[in-house]
Amino acid sequence: MNAPSAADQIFVILKHWLVGHTPAPLQTLVSIVISVATIIAVFGGLFALTTVFERKGLGRIQNRYGPNRVGPFGVFQPLADAVKSLTKEDVVPRSADHVVHYLAPLVLVGIVFLTYAVLPVGRNMTAVNLDTGVLFFFAVGTGTELAIFMAGWSSHNKYSLLGAMRAIAQMISYEIPLILASIAVIMTAGTLSTVAIVERQARYSGTLAHWYVFTPWGLAGFILFMIAATAETNRSPFDLPEGESEIIAGYFIEYSGFKFALFFLAEYLEMFAVSGLGITLFLGGWSAPFSFLTWVPSWFWFFAKLLTLIFAFIWIRGTVPRLRMDQLMNFAWKFMLPMTLIVILSAGIWRFLTPAVVGPKPLGAVIRWLVCALVILAPYIALARTLGGNRKIEKRTYRFAED
Amino acid sequence: MLGEGIIQGLVETARNFFGSYVETDRLTTVQYPEERLPLPEASRVFPFLLYDGSDPEAGLRCVACQICEKECPPRCIHIEKSKDKKPDFVGKQQFYPAVFDIDVSVCMSCQICVEVCPFDAIRMDDEFELSTTDRFGGLHWTKEQLSRPNEYYRTIHPTEAAETDERRVKELVDARAKAATAAAAAAAKAAQAPATGDTGNGATAPAQTGTVTSK
Repeated sequence: MNAPSAADQIFVILKHWLVGHTPAPLQTLVSIVISVATIIAVFGGLFALTTVFERKGLGRIQNRYGPNRVGPFGVFQPLADAVKSLTKEDVVPRSADHVVHYLAPLVLVGIVFLTYAVLPVGRNMTAVNLDTGVLFFFAVGTGTELAIFMAGWSSHNKYSLLGAMRAIAQMISYEIPLILASIAVIMTAGTLSTVAIVERQARYSGTLAHWYVFTPWGLAGFILFMIAATAETNRSPFDLPEGESEIIAGYFIEYSGFKFALFFLAEYLEMFAVSGLGITLFLGGWSAPFSFLTWVPSWFWFFAKLLTLIFAFIWIRGTVPRLRMDQLMNFAWKFMLPMTLIVILSAGIWRFLTPAVVGPKPLGAVIRWLVCALVILAPYIALARTLGGNRKIEKRTYRFAED
Repeated sequence: MLGEGIIQGLVETARNFFGSYVETDRLTTVQYPEERLPLPEASRVFPFLLYDGSDPEAGLRCVACQICEKECPPRCIHIEKSKDKKPDFVGKQQFYPAVFDIDVSVCMSCQICVEVCPFDAIRMDDEFELSTTDRFGGLHWTKEQLSRPNEYYRTIHPTEAAETDERRVKELVDARAKAATAAAAAAAKAAQAPATGDTGNGATAPAQTGTVTSK
């Protein structure tokens, strides 16, 4: 691997330069503050950008313009939104548990920001390089469920409680396929450290990178991971906890003004974080897809991939309608769970079908690919058949209400 | 196959997304303050008072009969009758409204005031941008704010205005013909008057016919 260029390391160099100008006893603290402030500023800014992208994207999908009033093409819409949410009255229900009601959005945002600590957004650009990075991510990420239940319970409202219960049921159910899908990667990489996982994928044979998404189990695992991530972040089509048409806004129905904006922020940050983890695990983190593109800065690759995934999220949201609760649970336990287990099996087979077993490079690689793909495809087809994929839809007949 | 429908849906939404940048006729939204659709002729929002000629005081058709005030379902019209009288379009002496106020915020655009008005004095306007920063005085429109010339009525509701104008011309012609026959009868009576010695009617009748024909 070539030595990283200055453009690649510009932010790392900048941080070292800033830290170098502070007195020695304060250097650790300053280093931490710089990292945290950068994460909050960058991903907070990305949140503002995403809200306007999402509204414009959904608009275009529905053949509308989307926001186009504030600034050129509506790009300053987030500023207007911020002013609006900051100047709104902060209503707290009289019967609410005031302390918990106040804490819930703060806890949620705090927890979501914690997960960014282990995300490698570029080469040498990880806030904390933990040996148990992925484990840390999931362990901390589970805390969002607590915050959501705090919000739902303390509001003392039927809808918010229903929303919170739905959220808990959904997030616990989908956390299992989410973690199982990433286990395949952890198994293959042999490490829990996010930095090491990316480094394993930042190698090239020929021109193509060793991203796990280029393997059959990686591709299936990535798709399953992103489906589970969509459910985990309560985004459409898995937005039952805040189904507007059923329970208005779910667990944050009793929040107004800036607390509401904090929930919104947390939701988007969660989406970025889990997308970031998906990029780290399957899409090679900050590495370039082709060896001749390695001169492009690593942080550019990470954010390009992140924006692509965000766009995919928006696209899905504009396409798929909301599920019903039983469909949601059936999908999690009858489809996602078996499929992720099969992905783990396929990853294991991939691990042991080395060139020594299947033969030399060109033909052996094809055999290895086909075998692993078959291991996933066959159960997928079988599952699709049994889960009502061939259900006939007939014209409904009415026995008593003929016209 | 499981997931096939979602792929089809994604293709459809992608087609819409990119299509909206290519085909402009996909975007049917009218960018309202800059672009406006022409209003249908029958559109109605809020009533106004009609006047003939150029002077809103002298030409105001309203005779303060207060029928609209009594018929108004939300009771948003307030009328105070004048003490004196002024001639209307056929020259007949009529009261006029000293005060004619309508509350914009109360009016429900039902057009009943227009239906009941026997003098074609009140009609519906199609002006819909009635927002104001003063929610008390700004929503309480006086006679001066409500008055519009007949030409304005012709521009916003041409068909209706033509029908009204035609009827009013006919009314005027009828009134003149009636006045002329009355004058003729009076003149005939006046011719006999010296014989009978009744001079009271003879003195006023020519003066009356004079005002009608001069209009």
